[in-house]
Amino acid sequence: MSNEEFKPILLARQGKPNSHKLATYQADGGYQALAKALAMKNTDVVDVVKASGLRGRGGAGFPTGLKWTFLPKDLNGPVYLCINGDESEPGTFNNRVLIEQDPHQVLEGIVISSFATRTTTAYFYLRYEYGRCYRVLKDAIDEMVDNNLLGKNILGSGYDLDIHLHRGACAYICGEETGLIESLEGKRAWPRIKPPFPAIEGAFRRPTVVNNVETMACIPHILNRGAEWFMSMGIPRDPNNTRDAGSYGPKLYCISGHVNKPGLVELPMGISARDLIDKHGGGVWKDRKAKAVVPGGISMGFMSEKELDTPLDFAGPGRVGCLGLGTAAVIVIDDHTSMIDVLYNACRFFAHESCGQCTPCREGTAWSTKILERIREGRGKLSDIDVLLEISSSIGTIPGTTICGLADGAAWPIKTAINKFRPEFEEYIKSGRKSESRSLAAAH
Amino acid sequence: MNELSSSELSSNAKKVIEEHLGRYPSKQAVTLPALHVVQEEKGCVSRKAIKEIADILELSPAQINDTLSFYGFFRTEEDPLGKKRVWICRSLPCMLRGGEELLAELCERWGIQPGQTTPDGEVTLELAECLGACDGAPCMLIDDELSLCVTADDVEKQVRGRA
Ligand SMILES: Cc1cc2nc3c(=O)[nH]c(=O)nc-3n(C[C@H](O)[C@H](O)[C@H](O)COP(=O)(O)O)c2cc1C
Ligand code: SF4
Ligand code: FES
Repeated sequence: MSNEEFKPILLARQGKPNSHKLATYQADGGYQALAKALAMKNTDVVDVVKASGLRGRGGAGFPTGLKWTFLPKDLNGPVYLCINGDESEPGTFNNRVLIEQDPHQVLEGIVISSFATRTTTAYFYLRYEYGRCYRVLKDAIDEMVDNNLLGKNILGSGYDLDIHLHRGACAYICGEETGLIESLEGKRAWPRIKPPFPAIEGAFRRPTVVNNVETMACIPHILNRGAEWFMSMGIPRDPNNTRDAGSYGPKLYCISGHVNKPGLVELPMGISARDLIDKHGGGVWKDRKAKAVVPGGISMGFMSEKELDTPLDFAGPGRVGCLGLGTAAVIVIDDHTSMIDVLYNACRFFAHESCGQCTPCREGTAWSTKILERIREGRGKLSDIDVLLEISSSIGTIPGTTICGLADGAAWPIKTAINKFRPEFEEYIKSGRKSESRSLAAAH
Repeated sequence: MNELSSSELSSNAKKVIEEHLGRYPSKQAVTLPALHVVQEEKGCVSRKAIKEIADILELSPAQINDTLSFYGFFRTEEDPLGKKRVWICRSLPCMLRGGEELLAELCERWGIQPGQTTPDGEVTLELAECLGACDGAPCMLIDDELSLCVTADDVEKQVRGRA
């Protein structure tokens, strides 16, 4: 299917009058997938999701059906499903739009996934800032309870489920799945050492699945239209690489930064960054050129202009030195912008959001920010460039020095900015210029 | 009368906490919901409120305080919020479209630094990291409602009813 023929699936109902109401959702065929799933064996639902090739949309791209099979077969107590609606990766806003515009699509996915994983209590962890989403979800859940789509004996199937909304408190680290679990339990959101993985020991020390909001929104469509239909979209797995799981299905791409038309677009996985910017983002603003582009949230690092033909599927960004597809949040940076200011902004974010429990992350993010602050004040040294690179190769789960991936996300913007724009850093430091940006110091 | 006034938690707050207790297998999980309801009502969480929440959740006040202090979101009684809390986003997509300038401009106009409250107690200004509305950069959050593509004049109008 070409991108021109593609009709939105997850965003199909966006902008329709009362798209958030149960009645309009049902009029558009909503909750038929749930009825279908409830008539199946729960393990058959898992198999369909597994066969679809759906990979998690929250950033790590882990195959969803496979994750569900890691739950113990014999249960001697509850399983929990936690929905990750912490969405705080800079550039990312697809969960917000999905929830505000079409909450029942997400909620139907949650009920089906809960049934598949034998969950009877699901927690929807929502970042506090999404107050409107919170109120929309609250009303939608009330509608479901009133219509036997939640609570006891859902649609007469004998299956019981409650969904509880849990509001966060403005901390990026609550999006890391074990940070989320700690936060849900009422503690500081310090990510846990893994293993044990949540599927074995998660929330309240019970087997737990954590899934992203967009992942949930895909589920009803997979049940309705089948695994093969889902696999007809996107980039198939590389037959020569046994570790490649492919990039199937539709994907929400967030476009922000220096484009004429920032916004959310849905396309089959694998569009190039260039097409996304030119055909869907209205092109780079002010008739300028792109200098660098973030492929999937700031943690993924930067692509240079030369690399913009890279397909934005799970494998593409990695081939040009980025960390991965991440959240598919594309941030466009024009050629009038200083990469020193951009990298400073990224480093400051991670220094602000590091939870502080691993020394390499806490110190590495703080020092990289301080070094860039000094460079921006015109007091940089050429040797600072290599110090920054050394920090970036020493922090994270990839070198194995930290508990969670926040530090990898802090490292990649540094690595890619310096490796791809080194002459700009050298010229800037030699000139001793001060940054023209009015940003305030790193103070909290 | 005495007994009523000696309780720091309002009857609504107690009711909300009570409702949440049924939703989780542990009492500690009600910590964030409890802190939220108190801060929403009072603009801060006092030491007395911490003690009362701890009593209900069968925890030590230190455990509540540990969680409270981890999330920069909650305020203590030494540092209460103004009537409105305005967050200006400074992360990359907003920075690229003037977020940092907007924040600096508001600091100048109101004569305060991020984290501080105007002397009349009306507005607390905060800097935010990505608010999840980068399609509307630069953006702001007033309490828990987002506003997209804002200018300093828009902020003044929305917050203080004048430009
Ligand atoms: C620092 C950090 C922040 C994260 N933030 C989020 C987030 O806001 N939302 C999300 O869904 N996943 C986030 N993740 C990924 C989660 O840990 C987890 O992989 C994901 O929620 C699983 O859901 P999925 O398989 O449906 O994608 C984050 C990971 C890290 C390391
Ligand atoms: S890597 Fe950073 S954010 Fe993650 S647990 Fe360690 S200190 Fe916390
Ligand atoms: S960067 Fe400001 S809302 Fe995302």
